[in-house]
Amino acid sequence: MRGLVSATIVFTAALAGCANEPTDRLILLPGANGKVGRVGVSASGAVPTVIDQAYGAATINPSGKIVQKTAERSEVQHDFGSTLDALPPRPISHTLYFENDSDILTSASAVEAQAILAEIAARPVADIVVIGHTDTMGDASYNDALSLQRAEKLRKLLIELGGDPRRISAAGRGERELLAPTSDEAPEPRNRRAEISVR
Amino acid sequence: MPHRAQRWVIHLVTLLLMLGVVAVPATEVATIKVLRGTVSVERNGQILPGKLGLALEVADQVVTGVDSAIGITFQDNSLLSLGPNSRLTVDRFQFNSTTHEGAFETSLKQGKLAVISGKIAKHREDAMKVRTPASIIGVRGTEFVVEAAARR
Repeated sequence: MRGLVSATIVFTAALAGCANEPTDRLILLPGANGKVGRVGVSASGAVPTVIDQAYGAATINPSGKIVQKTAERSEVQHDFGSTLDALPPRPISHTLYFENDSDILTSASAVEAQAILAEIAARPVADIVVIGHTDTMGDASYNDALSLQRAEKLRKLLIELGGDPRRISAAGRGERELLAPTSDEAPEPRNRRAEISVR
Repeated sequence: MPHRAQRWVIHLVTLLLMLGVVAVPATEVATIKVLRGTVSVERNGQILPGKLGLALEVADQVVTGVDSAIGITFQDNSLLSLGPNSRLTVDRFQFNSTTHEGAFETSLKQGKLAVISGKIAKHREDAMKVRTPASIIGVRGTEFVVEAAARR
């Protein structure tokens, strides 16, 4: 009799545990800036269970039962390390500044540019968008051309450093998107710039 | 009469080509950025070998083998990666790059998935959803991992 009871308990434990049951699992991670987001997990159309703490976790079994837990950092590394390692690099953007009425970088930006551009060009399969801008000196159509010239100059530099020409686009926005808002015909170094977005 | 029939065929082919040319850039929703081991993409019943730089489309199923992994960047800057023995389908992806409005739905059929959500999830809560066999995860701007156990 005793033998039968023990056997039953083990059997039940095996059913209730995850040995035979295909259980799904979710673990919320802290973001790169330490900020933790939120997810809502729902099963069988029920009201979502909200998880908003770092390493907050949930298991969901096939019948839709959700159990909340807290995961260990080591558990995440052990079970998801190779998955997390395959995440692509995070998209980045940089702004570089130009001399007045010119497609030549300011000396400060020229120093920065070497490291930034080399790092960008070295990213695997990087998709790059360069958008040039001007200040409000001169007429709008002149500035459209100047802004495009600035963007094209950086595009060329990125290609020289090994970037894939098919994945680098350049566009000019003229004086339409001022970083520092000014009146017309105002010289403003902060507006003579190009933004490089890398994905 | 044969001339007329031929002309129709030419018109039809031209139209299809035009549609094709217009459709290609619009259907690309993501790019393979990281690749380890054996990865394939199932599209319209065909199996394409996973390659760095390959563009993914809605309805694609990405499959990884043993000791394999893949990293994908979507157009809204969402980053997804799959671990070994995993299957993920891209069910829906709409993104307005000006307003950041959109809808992004994927299903993890099996295996392991890591997610760093992008502009779609940031713009509106629950605009991004990840399905597993037993659940639906509404994403509210965050990073997380998911596992879907193998079904028999």
